[in-house]
Amino acid sequence: MTARDEILARLRTALADNPPPVEVPRQYRQVDDRPDLVEILIDRLEDYRAVVHRGLGALPALLAKVGRLAVPTDIPAEWLAGYTGQVHRDAPPLSSADLDGLDAVLTGCAVAVADTGTIILDAGPAQGRRALTLVPDRHICVVRSDQVVGLLPEALTRLDPRTPQTWISGPSATSDIELNRVEGVHGPRRLEVVLVGLDDDPRGR
Amino acid sequence: MNRPGVDRSGTGASAAPATGGGRIRTPLPFPTAAAPAVADTQLRANLHRATRTIRGKRARVVDEVPDWEALRDAGAAIKADVQRRLPELLEQFEASATAAGATVHWARDAAEACRIVVELTRAAGADEVVKVKSMATQEIELNEALEAAGIAAYETDLAELIVQLGDDTPSHILVPAIHYNRAQIREIFHRRMPDAPADLSDEPSALAEAARAHLRRRFLSARVAVSGANFAIADTGTLVVVESEGNGRMCLTLPETLISVVGVEKLLPTFTDLEVFLQLLPRSSTGERMNPYTSMWTGVTPGDGPQSVHVVLVDNGRSAVLADPVGRPTLSCIRCSACLNVCPVYERAGGHAYGSVYPGPIGAILSPQLTGVADNASLPYASTLCGACYDVCPVKINIPEILVHLRQQAPHPLAERATMRVLSWVMRSPRRWAAALRLARAGAGPLGAYRERRTGARTLRRLPWPASAWTRSRDLPLPAPQTFREWWDQQ
Repeated sequence: MTARDEILARLRTALADNPPPVEVPRQYRQVDDRPDLVEILIDRLEDYRAVVHRGLGALPALLAKVGRLAVPTDIPAEWLAGYTGQVHRDAPPLSSADLDGLDAVLTGCAVAVADTGTIILDAGPAQGRRALTLVPDRHICVVRSDQVVGLLPEALTRLDPRTPQTWISGPSATSDIELNRVEGVHGPRRLEVVLVGLDDDPRGR
Repeated sequence: MNRPGVDRSGTGASAAPATGGGRIRTPLPFPTAAAPAVADTQLRANLHRATRTIRGKRARVVDEVPDWEALRDAGAAIKADVQRRLPELLEQFEASATAAGATVHWARDAAEACRIVVELTRAAGADEVVKVKSMATQEIELNEALEAAGIAAYETDLAELIVQLGDDTPSHILVPAIHYNRAQIREIFHRRMPDAPADLSDEPSALAEAARAHLRRRFLSARVAVSGANFAIADTGTLVVVESEGNGRMCLTLPETLISVVGVEKLLPTFTDLEVFLQLLPRSSTGERMNPYTSMWTGVTPGDGPQSVHVVLVDNGRSAVLADPVGRPTLSCIRCSACLNVCPVYERAGGHAYGSVYPGPIGAILSPQLTGVADNASLPYASTLCGACYDVCPVKINIPEILVHLRQQAPHPLAERATMRVLSWVMRSPRRWAAALRLARAGAGPLGAYRERRTGARTLRRLPWPASAWTRSRDLPLPAPQTFREWWDQQ
């Protein structure tokens, strides 16, 4: 008997008592009706030591200090308006060593979850492949207000499980030494979030 | 290999649930293994500080979730449903993952799982692998098997790295180096990390920076990575790894070949079920609203990440756990380690006393079920049955109930069985019970008074054989001079 068949047979034998069907109660919150989701998101992001900026107008100043910038191939041109440093587009794909030599990466995202301060990348528009947001030491991420949801259940309905996903809640961190939180281990040590499309920001879109 | 895995499954055609091997057995009885740890004041101070910190963090972030109990109920029910449908969900996972470009392997036990990983690594032409922290690979003693095959395994989680460099074993599910303080960690890095700065301080940020520099080149050049998985999604074939440091993302993204070792119980039926578990897990384990990084991948994505993706589904005793309807919910465990951090026994004895890679309350029920209770009979007693572990368990595993159930299955010494039979006869009659109490008080009266004068407490430290087994790890309180009923009658 193959290992597969043997394991499946063992498991079937183990269930000889024929346990009854289970009804999964889903009384947990599915939708967040709080009106200030963006404010909650900002609070959570800052709690995790991410740096939050408001409006696309913040980008030029942010990027002014970046010499060599990695970007996905489909990045909106307006995000780079006024940028004078070197732009390294991921086409043909940048090697890991190339990425390691760059100062920062600029991407968008798929969804942001206010309740947990989580930004989700799913290789969709303006996000690129996973290595792009992993190797450079600084990640600048543009989040549109229409990408912000309150709770995890709302986020999952917007995601396609077949895409490779990276969920980011703050920069890389460890709590392995006496349970003290230290930001910055192997992933990007700085996460900067640019929130756009806010009502109070006429430059946003 | 220090502790060779015990292969009890054989290769025959028997489908009977088989117990597992690997590092899941305590080599010494728990009281013996715990004694030196309890006497180590530095260790107790490290553990007390760490568990108290994380208990506080967990309580704060759980309190801010208004529907926490509803999430726990959903989590427990989803896992019960998984257990009931495990064979069909595994087949569904295999089909989905295969369709997405992954290769699924099956391992009856620890030895078979190790063999598969060694063969896959060799087939990829590599003589080293980078590893994401994983309980499953600890359980099957994969690092030892790789080493025996001439393959170097590099742990990349900071705590696992500390433990590996210190030639030690992990002592906590989530924080494997919880038993070290910063000065001890600096000492290990200073001694064993050749590229660490000579003036390395014991500041956590400096230690993390040293680990980053140490592993950076290895991440960028590794060709094979080995991981576990927190969840495996049956309907899509997706694997999920939650982590904090980014070492997971490095391993799961940059190498050409990715091998994930996954216990068969890790399945969830649908992608949507993650909405429950990704709320329960981070808050219960690190006391955070969400862990910094979660990675999900479904087979192979052309041009993005590993192009050779393997999943090794491991039984290693899990079918034996499934076969016991009382012990079955143990398979719901999502390895959050909340139960360790609230356990008064774990806080004093530390993780090494449990012998197994699974310490604490969950280890006290999981390990003996994986190996068979007769082979790990002291672990169900490594508890005071206080119930704190059940209160914090995000998937509501009734650990105290399962502990008692396992104690009943463990072999009991003749003297204990005889004593219990006599006690049972005495306690069945109120008259006999009252008489026995009077007798015990009369007998113990002078002794109790003597002990109280000598030591200030009415307890005995050592009883003669066979009752010495009882007092080896406890003091025996002597009967009070007066019962409650007698006192009540006097009032």
